[in-house]
Amino acid sequence: MAKIKIKDMPIGARVCNPGSSEAILTGDWRSYTPVVDKEKCINCLNCWVFCPDNSVIVKEGKLEGFKMSHCKGCGICAQICPKKAIRMTEA
Amino acid sequence: MAKKKLEDIAINGDGAVAYAWKQIDLDVCAAYPITPQTIIVEDFSKFVANGEVKTEYVCVESEHSALTLCAASCSAGARTFTATASQGLAYMWEMLPITSAMRVPLVMAVANRAVSGPININNDHGDSMAARDTGWIQMFADNVQSAYDNAVIAPRIAEHPDVQLPIITNLDGFILTHAVERMTLIDTEDVKKFVGEFEPVCPLLDYKHPTSHGMFDGPDFYYAHKYQQVEAMDKALGVAEQVFKEFKKLTGREYHLVDEYRCDDADYVAIILGSSYGTMQETVDQMREAGIKVGAAMPHIYRPWPEKELARIMKGKKAVAIFDKHVSLGAYGPMYPEVVVAAADLEKMPKMYNFIYGIGGADTSVSILRDAMESVVDGTADKINYVGMKLL
Ligand code: SF4
Ligand code: SF4
Repeated sequence: MAKIKIKDMPIGARVCNPGSSEAILTGDWRSYTPVVDKEKCINCLNCWVFCPDNSVIVKEGKLEGFKMSHCKGCGICAQICPKKAIRMTEA
Repeated sequence: MAKKKLEDIAINGDGAVAYAWKQIDLDVCAAYPITPQTIIVEDFSKFVANGEVKTEYVCVESEHSALTLCAASCSAGARTFTATASQGLAYMWEMLPITSAMRVPLVMAVANRAVSGPININNDHGDSMAARDTGWIQMFADNVQSAYDNAVIAPRIAEHPDVQLPIITNLDGFILTHAVERMTLIDTEDVKKFVGEFEPVCPLLDYKHPTSHGMFDGPDFYYAHKYQQVEAMDKALGVAEQVFKEFKKLTGREYHLVDEYRCDDADYVAIILGSSYGTMQETVDQMREAGIKVGAAMPHIYRPWPEKELARIMKGKKAVAIFDKHVSLGAYGPMYPEVVVAAADLEKMPKMYNFIYGIGGADTSVSILRDAMESVVDGTADKINYVGMKLL
């Protein structure tokens, strides 16, 4: 924060370096953490579609886990899961 | 630039603004008709329908949508204009500070009309004054000629790389919008050359350099971006002065941050906005004939506030009368405290009087202004005076 000078900031609250939101670690805000029960999961990937921070990791068409650097713990994945396979824990 | 003298025409203020827009041939226009602005969008939509301009005219269902669309279109990289008045401007309010914070150099004509209620369609400055803190540059016109000239000048100030702010060109409802006056046109080629090509900064439609506009700011960035707007406003004063100089070279017509009439040797100065500046000039002439040294001044640019120029004009004067066509209920006319602040650093502060006048279109005659100025000269005026009220 201290390094940024007003005169160097793009005007109009514009973001001129695309893809830069990756540098903002939204995982820092997390107070609830998603945990998947792979027994219940049917790999429909609804959670992957709905995650607002692209934090559901998918490998070879299957749910692998969550990207903790950016998962903010919003719980949308848990809400959307048709099998109630995701539980939000206080970790 | 070549000076081509064209024949004068007879036209009303709205028609003159629409004509200037046609000469500029903007990219996009979206506006909702509202009295007394309607003629601007009616005339301009005719130019679009007849193929006289290449403008994309977008029909919208409200002023809120009009301004939202215009802000987005300007963000995308198109030169975009709109127009409104009174309730329309009020309905746009949510988008006014957003537009300025997005730093889109949008041009909007406002046909000044009293804000309801009670319901009223006549001229006062309540609409634009309520928008004064929203980060838009504001210009005022005292006659049809200057309404037309402002329409040509405005994009040059707004689009300047150091400014990049939206701009309102005010013209008094009915008194200027509907009354026909004699006016000199500028050759269309000269208008186009003067206004130049629109060069947007980081437009949304620049695919090679993708950007996001209208982002969220936490407190630190919000404050910093507001400060950038403060700096841009400051710079707009210098830019406006420069553009006025160029405009004079092109047309011979002279505008300043504060237009002045017989102020140099005056003992008393009236500060007034819009069409009444002309009425005040006639008042000044009459009082001068009677041997009273009076002058008049009009902030041609109202936002950013031309404090230094006003201080220079007020220096050494016995008294200053500030005429406001709006009242901040429970306080003063909106210009009054700002003029007082502008005078605060003078060695000897003139006596400062506030006159509220012309509210809801109340008639503003030379005799009303003359009575007011005479009460300033003989010192019988109150601090705040409500003049021209017929029902007392
Ligand atoms: S939504 Fe539920 S069932 Fe579907 S992939 Fe995600 S965790 Fe598995
Ligand atoms: S909790 Fe929210 S951010 Fe984290 S994986 Fe689920 S949907 Fe994505």
